[in-house]
Amino acid sequence: MEGFGLAVDCLGPRHPGRLVPQFLLLVKRGQYCLRLIMMNHLKPQEVKMLEVQFVGDDDVLNHILDKEEGAKFRKDRAQLLVNVKKLMKKQESDLNEDDQEDLKDENYVDILGADTQESLKNGRVAGGSSKVYSFQTRKNPEKMAELAYELAKTPGKSTSLISKENAEKMASTSQSSKKQSTSDKDQLKSDEKNEFLSTPYRLRKRLTVSTLPSDTESEYSDSNSEDDNGVKREEEEKISEVLMDQKRIAKHRSVSSSSCKKVSAKKMKKDTTTDLVEEYFEAHSSSKVLTSDRTLQKLKRTKLDQQTLHNLLSKSSPSFSAELKQLNEQHEQLFHKWMLQLHLGFNIVLYGLGSKKELLEKFRASMLQDSVHVVINGFFPGITVKSILNSITEEVLDHMGTFQSVLDQLDWIINKFKDDSSLELFLLIHNLDSQMLRGDKSQQILGQLSSLPKIYLIASIDHINAPLMWDHSKQSLYNWLWYETTTYRPYTEETSYENSLLVQQCGTLALSSLTHVFRSLTPNARGIFRLLIKYQLENEDNPSYIGLSFQDFYQQCREAFLVNSDLTLRAQLIEFRDHKLLRTKKGTDGVEYLLIPIDTGTLTDFLEKEDKEA
Amino acid sequence: MATSSVSKGCFVFKPDFKRKKVSFPLADYFNEGASLSEDSKLRFDTCQLLWQQMKSEAEELQEELNKNLFDNLIEFLGKSHLEFRKKSTNWNYQIKSREIPAAAIVLGVNVTDHDLIFKGLTEMLKDTVTPYVVSLQAKECPDVKHLLQKLASQLMGCCVDIESTEEENVQSSQRKMHYSMAFLSTWYRSITKKIDSESVNKKITSSSQWKESPPIVIILKDIESFSTKVLQDFIIISSQYLHELPIVLVFGIATSPIIIHRLLPQAVSSLCIELLQSLSCKEHLAKLLDKLLLTTRFPFKLNEKALQILTNIFLYHDFSVQNFIKGLQLAILEHFYSQPLSILCCDLPEAKRRIYSLSEDQCESIRRLPSFMRYVEKQTPEKQVASLTNERFLKEETLRFLEELHIYHENFFLVLRCFHAFMSSLPKYPLGRQIRELYCACLEKNIWESQEYEPVLQLLRMLAKDELIAILQKCVEVFKSCPGKQLGSTAEKLQEFLAQFQSLEESNEEENGSGSQQKGFQKTDLYHLQKSLLEMKELRSSNKKQTKFEVRRDRVVDLVDNLVRKYLSPPDTQTLYEVVYFTGAHMLREHLNAAPRIALHTALNNPYHYLKNQALKSEDDSIPNVAPDICIAYKLHLECSRLINLVDWSEAFATVVTAAEEMDPNSTASEEIKEIIHARFIRAVSELELLGFIKPTKQKTDHVARLTWGGC
Repeated sequence: MEGFGLAVDCLGPRHPGRLVPQFLLLVKRGQYCLRLIMMNHLKPQEVKMLEVQFVGDDDVLNHILDKEEGAKFRKDRAQLLVNVKKLMKKQESDLNEDDQEDLKDENYVDILGADTQESLKNGRVAGGSSKVYSFQTRKNPEKMAELAYELAKTPGKSTSLISKENAEKMASTSQSSKKQSTSDKDQLKSDEKNEFLSTPYRLRKRLTVSTLPSDTESEYSDSNSEDDNGVKREEEEKISEVLMDQKRIAKHRSVSSSSCKKVSAKKMKKDTTTDLVEEYFEAHSSSKVLTSDRTLQKLKRTKLDQQTLHNLLSKSSPSFSAELKQLNEQHEQLFHKWMLQLHLGFNIVLYGLGSKKELLEKFRASMLQDSVHVVINGFFPGITVKSILNSITEEVLDHMGTFQSVLDQLDWIINKFKDDSSLELFLLIHNLDSQMLRGDKSQQILGQLSSLPKIYLIASIDHINAPLMWDHSKQSLYNWLWYETTTYRPYTEETSYENSLLVQQCGTLALSSLTHVFRSLTPNARGIFRLLIKYQLENEDNPSYIGLSFQDFYQQCREAFLVNSDLTLRAQLIEFRDHKLLRTKKGTDGVEYLLIPIDTGTLTDFLEKEDKEA
Repeated sequence: MATSSVSKGCFVFKPDFKRKKVSFPLADYFNEGASLSEDSKLRFDTCQLLWQQMKSEAEELQEELNKNLFDNLIEFLGKSHLEFRKKSTNWNYQIKSREIPAAAIVLGVNVTDHDLIFKGLTEMLKDTVTPYVVSLQAKECPDVKHLLQKLASQLMGCCVDIESTEEENVQSSQRKMHYSMAFLSTWYRSITKKIDSESVNKKITSSSQWKESPPIVIILKDIESFSTKVLQDFIIISSQYLHELPIVLVFGIATSPIIIHRLLPQAVSSLCIELLQSLSCKEHLAKLLDKLLLTTRFPFKLNEKALQILTNIFLYHDFSVQNFIKGLQLAILEHFYSQPLSILCCDLPEAKRRIYSLSEDQCESIRRLPSFMRYVEKQTPEKQVASLTNERFLKEETLRFLEELHIYHENFFLVLRCFHAFMSSLPKYPLGRQIRELYCACLEKNIWESQEYEPVLQLLRMLAKDELIAILQKCVEVFKSCPGKQLGSTAEKLQEFLAQFQSLEESNEEENGSGSQQKGFQKTDLYHLQKSLLEMKELRSSNKKQTKFEVRRDRVVDLVDNLVRKYLSPPDTQTLYEVVYFTGAHMLREHLNAAPRIALHTALNNPYHYLKNQALKSEDDSIPNVAPDICIAYKLHLECSRLINLVDWSEAFATVVTAAEEMDPNSTASEEIKEIIHARFIRAVSELELLGFIKPTKQKTDHVARLTWGGC
């Protein structure tokens, strides 16, 4: 029963004689709400009356709305919202619940021991921990632009001051716009303000509502004129918005509690879903995503290829080079310690923002010149554990045999290292958490390898969830010592392989491989392939082109005297397929369609080149 | 760079001179490559020696603790397959022989420690019971075929040990053979026959009962990870062969024994399970601490925070004793690495020798120790001058302090143990149940100043006699076990008290009889009852006549109080404590229990933390627009929900960056600069993708999906 909210509706606090508290128990997600109306009249000897009845969700909402409407003309009435939790616990202690949680975190960190110098860092971290797990989704689409604007407006300085001003301006404008429509509310507002002052926690929460961007508020004022249904939906949306916002409490924004009326429903929900898990599902429940529909095509700069990207980036000078250098020097001082610890049976893992390739490269250059070592680029897309083991067996141990399985190979290596105590090997793995190596089996094998006393592993990880790769047993195999090496270096090489979002893979590689394969073909096969390319280029602009059907292709080839039966054609096609120059797909009509999976630009280049040479 | 290529990911480097053995002495790395080789070498050797001693001590302890478990297991093995050994053919046996004897060892969740236990177990079994010990892991056995193959190859390996190595070739060819239980049973028959005929078995000499037909022990290390089907099939098959192969199974269980029934709902009926319990890891840790830290045998000590961190990692993360030992190793290494005076952190006679060969620099660093400075300040001026200028005098002082430190430790641990004996009898354990908690409290500050101390004494004053006697007995034992004579008088006193209490026993009974005058209960109303109770209370408090027992109890408590105040002062009150106490607690946490996510988050959110540039300083959440690109992109992406429009993102990014470069955004910035900014954006986005914050999505064109839903 986690979904309880209790709304206490205090009618007429100005009339000390007539106090009629009405408790509204709302069962969240329940079809029915338990409505408990307790009437406690002025005279103490009067019997307390308890009335319990079931009402539908809608009724409850209506009831709340009714009350709100009523508030407009009954100025002597204020709303007080309490929830069950708070009633049950001591109010005082509960008010600062969040703070206490923070405190607890800090305590834990403290227990874990922080030296004076370190505690500063910890304080920051602990302070940030609320941020770390705070929840911010479902923002206004303009929010990002807004923030960008704010960031841009304050060159080299913190934005807080100006943003505050902005907010105030915003708030005041929204208030003024509201004033005409809800002038009678103002009185009420001040009443409520008084009440809120006594309850700072709620005030803070309430304030978060007011910090919603101005446009949503205008949206909100529209809702008054809409029918009940619309209001409800609106409200639900608001609730979720509040949920997202509640964690980032704006401390210094002026009070503009224009939307306090609606808070009642929000509050009730808010307390029910403090759970992070719930918040996650909340964020992912709505299928509707509010983002703008603009696409990159409208921008003139669409995709750059790797080379131009590289060229462009080389033109921009990195900032803070002095600080970066200092940072790097700090790390470099650790080299001796690393060597020592590696030799004593630990393995070293580096984490932190920034590419650690340069650092490791420096380590290699300064420390490992006289020892056998293997550098492994984990970010290389073709890397496998097999290839790592192969390079160890073949190049390091000079073994010219093959192995049945990776496990056999591993056993062989282990035995070899056990037998020959003079063997020593350093493994440097950049990006141990890369796509290719993060699998369970790969990690197991690498872990077993690194657990050998004479194999020293030093690796780097970057992904935020990288430590999840290792369970306890793997961790004990690796025997890690963690080192934070934040370098802020760009991940140039690490990202150069992956098919990045905005980076277009330039066709140079494809083109050269195409040429190579093409040259090795028989003249007939070349003709066949050329036919297919031409056909594909002709249909370049046809968006529904799915390929050339096999029968048509056969016809064309026959007409060009390239093949004499469809069997020979198929035999020729195998060659292309093996080189991944051809893809076949069954269409909806069951006919086989042939397609060259290479972009048209490369194909035109290729044809031009071939024609020139021919 | 030599290590980047588009065609391969592994680069092997061999030093030019082939096989030229360049054995760097490890000590070279010890002093950051500096030249002070003699000193650092000595320190390194001391460190290694100390670590080796502690390690072997820990290993011995492990063996000792496992002994009980192993003995039980051997006993169980002895009971199983009795009939088989007698080659009995009676009917009862035929029925029973369908049941495979199985020992289930509950080992606890500290999976990392299991390997060591199994290693010891295998060795022990091989030495005393049977050469045929096979240990299997779940990941090696995805199906029955693999399991049998693994089993057979290990068994064949076993027999190679005993016989000559000429079978090795045969064995390697057999590897590719198809194994079955039938094959195994013929192998077993031949092997036992061979042994019978030769009747020489060098390895197994201890007990003749295993000689005839040694059982085949199959250890399944992690029963939880085996698939039900494999286990079930294997058990059914092997139960069929049980009259030919004396198989015994050993299951390693990390969770609870019920898992066997869950895993093997049917096959469990063909098992004859005996449950064995290993020592709980918490007890193991307590014993370990007792052996390694609460002793004067090893000079090295941890300070309060370091110990807290190690125990917290143990308690909150893995329950792994091995990891605790690893942490200890790191602490030792770090202590010797960072503290130049750790050269004196060795046993007393050796330290005495070393003191006289201290160099000038080292003397200087002694003078700079905070605890030493504190000491000097309290001295008379002449002594101050002497200890600051006269090297010889300083060395004598140092020696004295080290001796004092040693004595302090001896007394400290004795009193600590006694005090713990008292504490562990109190209700709710106000100062902790385990001795390590008490130890931490004592290390932290003066324990008698803590909040809990007063109530503890009061509770002690209320102990019953038999409890008190038991505790005193314990204390006397503690004192007896330690040869030190420092607290000789205390030990005598304690013994005296003990004797007095025991003699009190008889006389006390009489007192009890007279003391409790039972007024017959008569009917009273509430008012009268309250009144009489109040009266009784007053009476008791005013003229409370203490019995003999009570007087003595108070004296015992006073004695304990005195002991605590005198001997349990925290170590940082001792001069030169820095030499033996490791203080780098944050180091341990950083390297053993790191938080990569938080580091990433801090780097992205607050670059000033790393890059100490004033331009990057900011107060709250916001970051300045000159921050590194990735920080800005990250900050902007936080404002988005599940999906992020790349166009919006890139424009927002461009706005920020152009502002940072102090260009007028309205003026037609050159196309090139725009291009560069776009390229920077692309880089930042792909870096965020690498870090796992976003991923490409096909839900909407030109959108990426956020992968984190918190602020991080």
